[in-house]
Amino acid sequence: MSAAATAKSRTAQKGKVRQFITPEGVDLELRIASSGLRFGALIVDISLIVVILFLFSLLMLWVGFASQSSIAISIWLLGFFVLRTFWFIGFELGQRAATPGKRLMGIRVVARDGGRLTADAVVARNLIRELELFLPLMMLGFGAGEDTVSGWTVLAGLLWSLTLSLFLLFNKDRMRMGDLIAGTWVVMAQRSKLDRDIAAEAEASGPMQFTDAELAVYGIFELQELERVLRIREPRAMREVADTIRAKIGRPVAEEDDVFLLSYYRQLKARLERKLLFGKRREDKYASD
Amino acid sequence: MIAPAAAALDAPSFSTSRFRAEREADWIAFDALLTRLEKRGAKGLSSEELLQLPVLYRATLSSLSIARATSLDKALLDHLEALSMRGYFLIYGVRQSRLDRLTRFFTRDWPLAVQAVWKETLIIALVIILGALTSWLLVTNQPEWFYNFIPEELAGGRDPRATTEFLRQTIGHGPAAAEEESGGLHIFASYLFTHNSRVSIMSFALGFAFGVPTMMLEFYQGINLGAIVAVFTGKGLGYDFGGWLFIHGTTELFAAALSGAAGLRIGAAVVFPGARSRLQAASDAGRTAGKVMVGVILMLLVAGLLEGFGRQLITDTLMRYGIGTLMLIFWLGYYYVPRRSAAT
Repeated sequence: MSAAATAKSRTAQKGKVRQFITPEGVDLELRIASSGLRFGALIVDISLIVVILFLFSLLMLWVGFASQSSIAISIWLLGFFVLRTFWFIGFELGQRAATPGKRLMGIRVVARDGGRLTADAVVARNLIRELELFLPLMMLGFGAGEDTVSGWTVLAGLLWSLTLSLFLLFNKDRMRMGDLIAGTWVVMAQRSKLDRDIAAEAEASGPMQFTDAELAVYGIFELQELERVLRIREPRAMREVADTIRAKIGRPVAEEDDVFLLSYYRQLKARLERKLLFGKRREDKYASD
Repeated sequence: MIAPAAAALDAPSFSTSRFRAEREADWIAFDALLTRLEKRGAKGLSSEELLQLPVLYRATLSSLSIARATSLDKALLDHLEALSMRGYFLIYGVRQSRLDRLTRFFTRDWPLAVQAVWKETLIIALVIILGALTSWLLVTNQPEWFYNFIPEELAGGRDPRATTEFLRQTIGHGPAAAEEESGGLHIFASYLFTHNSRVSIMSFALGFAFGVPTMMLEFYQGINLGAIVAVFTGKGLGYDFGGWLFIHGTTELFAAALSGAAGLRIGAAVVFPGARSRLQAASDAGRTAGKVMVGVILMLLVAGLLEGFGRQLITDTLMRYGIGTLMLIFWLGYYYVPRRSAAT
C-alpha cells in the first residue's frame, strides 16, 4: 500500500471514532458501524422474520384445518403484527441491545448522550423504521396501482422517500432517521478474545540481536501489522514479510522465518514501548524517529 | 499461559508483559462475570460476585488506560477496549428490573408523556374535527361530494344513494345484521387493530417532515369520518349512527389524535428547537413520542376489541353511547388527572 493510501485509510478509521467518556473518565472510543454492516444486519433480520413468519403461517394453517375454526386467522394476524413491530424492539431492549442480525455483524445500539438506552428510545427508533422500509415500497405500489398518477409523480415520490430511507448515507455518524429521533447511535461492539502474548513467548526464542539502526526503520503501524501476521501464522505471508524486513535491514536469510520475525517483533516492540514511556509515539515508518 | 507469565515476572523493570501477567486474572474474571450476567441477568450472580463486579470493572478500565499509554500489543488493546465497553453498558445500562420498568411505564411514563403533548393533541383534534366538518357540510349540501372523498368500493354501498333500511342494517339494527356478523368477530377485531396500528405508526413516523404529512393524514381521516356521518344524518339516522361510532370511536379517535400529536411533537421540535441543538431537541421529542406511541398501540388494541366484539354484541344505541362515554372519561382521567411530580 502506498503511503498516501495508508494515511488516507487511517484518517478514515479515525473519522469513525467517537469520544465516549465514562464517569470514570476513560474514553471508550466507540467506533460508528459502517453502512454496509447496518445493511447486512437488516438483511439478516428480515430473512429471519420471513422464515419465522413462514413457519408460523404453516403452523396456523395446520391449526386452522385441524380445529375447523377461524381463530387461527386472528392469531395469524396478531402474530404477524407482533413479529413485524416488536422483533426489533424486543431484541434491542435486551442486555446486548442488538437484534440477531446486529449481533452477527458485531454492532449494537447505544444512546448518543452516553446514558442508558431507554425503552422509549428503542421504540421510537424502530417505529420510524416502519416508515423508512415501507414508504418507498408504498410509493412504488401506488404508482403501479393507479393509472392516474404519472410516472414522474411516482419517481418523485420514490426519490423523496428514498432520501428518508437512505438518510444514513448522508451523515457522518451513520444515523438513520430513527436514530436521529431517538437519540441513538449504532456502534461496533465486536468481542475480541484475549490472545496470547507473543512478545513474552519470544523471550525464550533464540539469541538473535538487532542493532538500534536495524530497529529504527519501522513504527507502530508496521509493528501491529507484523503482530497480525504473527498471530495468523500463515507460512506464505510470514515468508513474504520476513523477506521484506531482511531486505530492508540488509540481513541474510539465516534463520527460520518465524524465529526471525518473533525476535524482530519483540525487540521492535520493546524499543517502541520504551520510547512511548518517554512520551514519543512514532505512528509509522514515515514519522521521524 | 503460566510459563511465559512466570518468565515475565522475572523481568527486571516495567514491561508490558509484566503488566499483563499481573492484571490478566482480573480481566478473565471480569469477562466470565459479564458473560454470565448477559446470559442470565443479575440473578445469575451471587451477591459476592455482584459486589466484585464494579471493582473488576474499574480495574479493567484502569488497565485499559495504562495499556493505551504503554502497550503496543494490538490484540491486548482490542480485548481491553471490547471488555471495557461491554462492562460499561452492562453496569450503567441496567438500573431497573423489567417489572419495575413496566409498572413505572403504566403509572407515570405513559400518562405523563401524553400530558406533555397536550398542545399537539388539541391541534390534531382540531384538524380532525375541521376535516370532519368540512366534508360533512359539503356532503350534506351536495351529496355528490361524497364520491370525491370515499372511493365507491370502500364505502360498501354506504353512500347517499342507499336506502334508509339498508343503512340501518349496516349499523347493527334490523334482521340481517345479527347472524351475519357474529361468526368472525375476532378476525374483524384483530384486522381492525393491526390496520389502525399501521396507520397510527405511519402518522407518527411522518411527523419529522415538519409535521405536515401528519396533519394531512389526520385531516384526511376527519374527511372520511365526516362524509360517512353525513350519509347517515341525511337519512335521519344520526343518533343511531352516533352510537355505532361512539362505542369504540372515543378510544380510536383519541388514539389517532395522540399518534398525530406524537408526530407533530417531533416535527415541531425539528423546526423550533429552542435553546437546545436541533439534534438534541429531536431526540428529546422522539423519546416522549415513543412513550406516547406504545400507549397508542395499547389504546388501539382496546378500540379493536370494542369495535370487533362490543359493537357487534351490543346493539342498544343508548348502551353504546354509555360505553363510549365511559371509555372517554376513563382515558381523560388516566391521562390528565394531575400526578405528584415525584422525582425518582
